[in-house]
Amino acid sequence: MAYLELDRVSKAFGPHMAVEDFSLSVRQGEFISFLGPSGCGKTTTLQMIAGFIDPTKGGIRLEGQNLAAVHPSRRGLGIVFQSYALFPHMTAAENVSFGLEMRGVAKAERIERVSAALAMVGLTGYEDRYPKRMSGGQQQRVALARALVIRPSVLLLDEPLSNLDAKRREEMQIELRQIQRTVGTTTILVTHDQTEAMSLSDRIVVMSKGRIEQIGTPEDIYERPATAFVAQFLGKTNEFAAIVHGPETPARIVAGGWQATAPAGLSGPVTVSVRPERIGFSDEGLAARIVSRSFQGDHWLFSCDTECGNAFVIRLNDGGPQPQETEAVRLTWRPDDMSVRARGGVA
Amino acid sequence: MSTAAAPAIVSHAEPANRVPYALVLPAAMVFVGAVVIPLVMTIVLSFNNWSQYRGIEPVFILKNWIEVFSDPYYAEMFWRTFRFAALATVITAVFGAPEAYILNRMSPRWRGLFLLLILGPLLISVVARTLGWALLFGGNNGLVNKLLMSAGILTSPIRFMFTETGVVVALAHVMMPFMVLSVWAALQRIDPQIEHAAMSLGAGPVTILRRIILPQIMPGVLSGGIIVFSLAASAFATPAIIGGRRLKVASTLAYDEFLNTLNWPLGAVVAVLLLIALVLIVVGCNALVERRYAEVFR
Repeated sequence: MAYLELDRVSKAFGPHMAVEDFSLSVRQGEFISFLGPSGCGKTTTLQMIAGFIDPTKGGIRLEGQNLAAVHPSRRGLGIVFQSYALFPHMTAAENVSFGLEMRGVAKAERIERVSAALAMVGLTGYEDRYPKRMSGGQQQRVALARALVIRPSVLLLDEPLSNLDAKRREEMQIELRQIQRTVGTTTILVTHDQTEAMSLSDRIVVMSKGRIEQIGTPEDIYERPATAFVAQFLGKTNEFAAIVHGPETPARIVAGGWQATAPAGLSGPVTVSVRPERIGFSDEGLAARIVSRSFQGDHWLFSCDTECGNAFVIRLNDGGPQPQETEAVRLTWRPDDMSVRARGGVA
Repeated sequence: MSTAAAPAIVSHAEPANRVPYALVLPAAMVFVGAVVIPLVMTIVLSFNNWSQYRGIEPVFILKNWIEVFSDPYYAEMFWRTFRFAALATVITAVFGAPEAYILNRMSPRWRGLFLLLILGPLLISVVARTLGWALLFGGNNGLVNKLLMSAGILTSPIRFMFTETGVVVALAHVMMPFMVLSVWAALQRIDPQIEHAAMSLGAGPVTILRRIILPQIMPGVLSGGIIVFSLAASAFATPAIIGGRRLKVASTLAYDEFLNTLNWPLGAVVAVLLLIALVLIVVGCNALVERRYAEVFR
């Protein structure tokens, strides 16, 4: 049974639909990311789960109980805010202790749980520091400890790493994942950073303009994007216009001088998308000419002109010879590496 | 190049250091001319002699100081001055802080309107605002008293003019914008998500106000309190109009000594004492506030 369930949740701000028909069921212990550009409704959805915003339509259930009837202060969710929202007039320990006080936890147990929570995020010895005297990363850890110490049914993270520099962000990602695995708290992360979503989550919900574009595992979403938006938003991708010629079986997919066996159930104009790192240089395939190449250390990035438009190719720097600029090459990829979608609304 | 430039830098170092002093000179001259010199002259004046027939004599005696410190009339007057100021401060804090909090939670449109309503009176002279109270409550002819009496609710008018209550209420009313602004500035610094954070941890609305919001706006309340207290203790128009001759405070007494009795030296003692007392209280409170909140709001 679903642990946390969102059933056709919608939120309208005046005539503007911030979230539309959002349905998702989350298993206990799962790590879910809401991924999308700013203004896609991911934070609004999170705030509806937290109870700071009431949905216009639809229901949210936690362990079968309708959350709409539960006041935000009684939902028992742990939330880490983008700004951390620490209490500046309280020390780190007092910040973490606050939620336990509100639950009437006895003092002895409170002290024990607070120091355990601070130890978990690696802040032992910082109990008496005020937030203003801590670095961004340390404040972030206090916020995480404060949210986790109340043993929340669901942990909600609202862009928690976006205020950290790149190196600290990577460290925190690894740490966040480890802590979540150990504690086993069901977690929802809101982020616009695809790498963060992919490296942390069990499943990703890709959102755009208030709607769900795709729900799936990181591999799923990266390898088999359901929509053009998902393909564009997660990593780089090359798109070629092609045509599936029927009705002979098996149908052929044709783009310029290149052709392959078409996947079943498609006909007419289609879009073929292939990730740059899946394209290889070969003696046969799509004809292309190298426009430019740039060395990136562990890989080479090639920009190529093909019969079907521009294409990017990433090749690992394995020490072997690489094609030169203006050199004519042929691009090839395995059938599994391409995803084919109908184009222009034709199903 | 660098070895040649080094001595040049050394020789230019001294004139360069004078630039900041030259830049503060105009302001410093205004300050010395308009504040320091009159202040020193007032202090000197307070040691001069005065008599009915010979006027001010430029001698150095302690007569005026001894008079002020020995006559309980002055002690009572100073006690009244600071009691009025303290009461007005408490009233502005009790009403101004919630007012600022409500203001901060309004939608931007209404907030603009109400902010204008709160700050608007600052554009009107204190005398006009205080006279408003006199028009409403002045004896039998005051508008409110007239209304209440003709409606049969009251048989005798509310005594407001020339009462302590009247002066304190009018002072609090006149000083209210300073408190609201000060608290509002403190509220603006609060993370807008902080109430949500407290709520998610299980805090109810009262707890959020008491444990999260109030401690964070306390510095604003205290600094607003310092402003209101010092302005109320040195206020002239309001105690002069509402308090009249009967409820004299330090500033109205000094005024009377200077312009009615023409005993300038005695007036100078009162003015200097008021200044010293205010400086001590304000600096003391400020140091207290800063020490108390240094760790938190650096």
